[in-house]
Amino acid sequence: MDLSVINPVLLIAAMIAAATPILLAAIGELVVERAGVLNLGVEGMMITGAVGGFIIAVTTGSPYLGFLAAAVGGAVLSLLFAFLTQVALANQVASGLALTLFGLGLSALMGQSYVGIKPPRMADTPLGPLADIPVVGPIVFGHDIIVYVGLTLVAATWAALTFTRAGLILRAVGENHDAAHALGYKVKGIRTLAIMFGGGCAGMGGAYISLIRVPQWTEGMTAGVGWIALALVVFASWKPWRVLLGAYLFGGIAQLQLNLQGAGVAIPVEYLAMSPYIVTIVVLVILSADKSRAPGSLGRTFHASQ
Amino acid sequence: MKLTHLLVTAALALGFASAATADGHAKTKVGFVYVGPVGDGGWTYEHDQGRLAVEEEFGAAVETVYVENVAEGPDSERVMTQMALDGADLIFTTSFGYMDPTNNVAAKFPDVKFEHATGYKRLHPNVSTYSARFYEGRAIQGHIAGKMTKSNIIGYIGSFPIPEVIRGINSAYIHAAKVNPDVEFKIIWVYTWFDPAKEADAAKVLIEQGADVVLQHTDSTAPQAAAQEAGGVVTFGQASDMGQYAPFPRVSSIIDDWAPYYIARTRAVMEGTWESMDTWDGIGPGMVGIGDISDAVPADVKAEALALKAALGDGSYHAFTGPLNKQDGSPFLGAGETADDGTLAGMNFYVEGIEGDIPQ
Repeated sequence: MDLSVINPVLLIAAMIAAATPILLAAIGELVVERAGVLNLGVEGMMITGAVGGFIIAVTTGSPYLGFLAAAVGGAVLSLLFAFLTQVALANQVASGLALTLFGLGLSALMGQSYVGIKPPRMADTPLGPLADIPVVGPIVFGHDIIVYVGLTLVAATWAALTFTRAGLILRAVGENHDAAHALGYKVKGIRTLAIMFGGGCAGMGGAYISLIRVPQWTEGMTAGVGWIALALVVFASWKPWRVLLGAYLFGGIAQLQLNLQGAGVAIPVEYLAMSPYIVTIVVLVILSADKSRAPGSLGRTFHASQ
Repeated sequence: MKLTHLLVTAALALGFASAATADGHAKTKVGFVYVGPVGDGGWTYEHDQGRLAVEEEFGAAVETVYVENVAEGPDSERVMTQMALDGADLIFTTSFGYMDPTNNVAAKFPDVKFEHATGYKRLHPNVSTYSARFYEGRAIQGHIAGKMTKSNIIGYIGSFPIPEVIRGINSAYIHAAKVNPDVEFKIIWVYTWFDPAKEADAAKVLIEQGADVVLQHTDSTAPQAAAQEAGGVVTFGQASDMGQYAPFPRVSSIIDDWAPYYIARTRAVMEGTWESMDTWDGIGPGMVGIGDISDAVPADVKAEALALKAALGDGSYHAFTGPLNKQDGSPFLGAGETADDGTLAGMNFYVEGIEGDIPQ
């Protein structure tokens, strides 16, 4: 065993890179679920964002445009889900699963001629002298812009849900859509916007994998990250900061265990491999011992006549 | 209502009629169960190339179906059962974890032939197993890796700790240590066959910890991309050529060529000569191919690697030739002795020199 081979600065950078896709997808899904909609299509929207972002980034040479396209792509795909569940009043669970399957197939089709291509590299955020501070600089200020976008989204979501009128309305729709409707709020419109926000976030999360973390396009490359994000929202009791904690815990321990394996730590590999799941669940379950519960109308279909 | 009913019946009758006249005899239906997507660029991609070769060979006489991304375990049993119910005559199940499900389903469908890749259980007369001697290719990779590493640290991304993977690690290590006694193997188990993000993470960790050669036993090209991004790191294509990453970081590759086997077995089913058997072919019969060794490899090393390939191919050299000890120092093979297939098939120990424990 030789722990000195682990470089803490690189480790933390890798942790953040591993956590960001989960964080983006989970914060989007959190908003969707707080509006009372259960969208199981996160995986499908992520993979669509991954391929869409990749194609645009390669075609235009700009990773920024790639991320923008990924967000738009995810949001457009989520509109399909919004149509099925809000207009056609289809079952949300079935529609979400269908969205995942559709996204996986669509992305495989779109990405066929993009296998083995290297995407343009995204530069680190130009934070000037801040990034040159020893140790702290590379850990806190040495990341790509999307990492900071993810963190900002968490803070903004928390602030919006807690302090703004829009957040209050969104929560009202999610807690009791009949009451919200009686108050004159457009339940379907609000939910559609929330679904699109979720789709956009999931798309960006997917693009983070194909443009920064790997970086390449491979069919099915999100490999279940969307499902982890979905589970994370539940374990985080639908609270933004806990989603952040959960995503960083999960991504962090996933990276740490790989590093420990490489360093030859004498812990059985099976325990190391399962540790990200166990630690994340245990921590979030302990945190949710307070009176948090799911939004009251979560997963229920709304129609004004009922 | 009546009109619709009439139309549907008519359409069905027409459909049956045309199907019956077009064929004359029933098509042979061949099913494939894949562990990853056909576009993984590695393992599953090559199996699908084999499927396409079957279609090309027999044309209208066969119909092939496949299901991709099938999880190992109970889920695969469901997929195989459905394929058998849908009339498949021959089903190839292409991952180690399908071993028990394949035998379970085979018991229920005695008239359907099953072919399981990389396993060893043939509990029923309608089950065959087949695999390739990938470890012969690993020997060549180990040789090149041992010669090319400057840090003397070689990273290895393992999927699951099963004999097939352990054999590859041992074979690569033996031949790397033979040309470079200072070489050290760092092994990371990712517990997945296909998860590009995780594979890339594992490759990055190995590179950060000093490895300048990364071998992979997972199915995607993500470790190649990670190595390319890091720069100065040598990789090898796994299961497929992964030629998009040539000439560097990918300097050579192991290519699985399943097409001749799939064609032969499909023909056997058509002609009624199919029998349960175990096939384990290597470089000689062509089931294991060695991808072009790029110019990034020094000419003398390339010549040695090609000589090794020739010796493995004509059988004059065996990748596991003694004297070799097990990791704990106990003797494994005496001088000049070679490992028999039974030992290789169940290999669950590291050879002397590799550090760390195999997860049990």
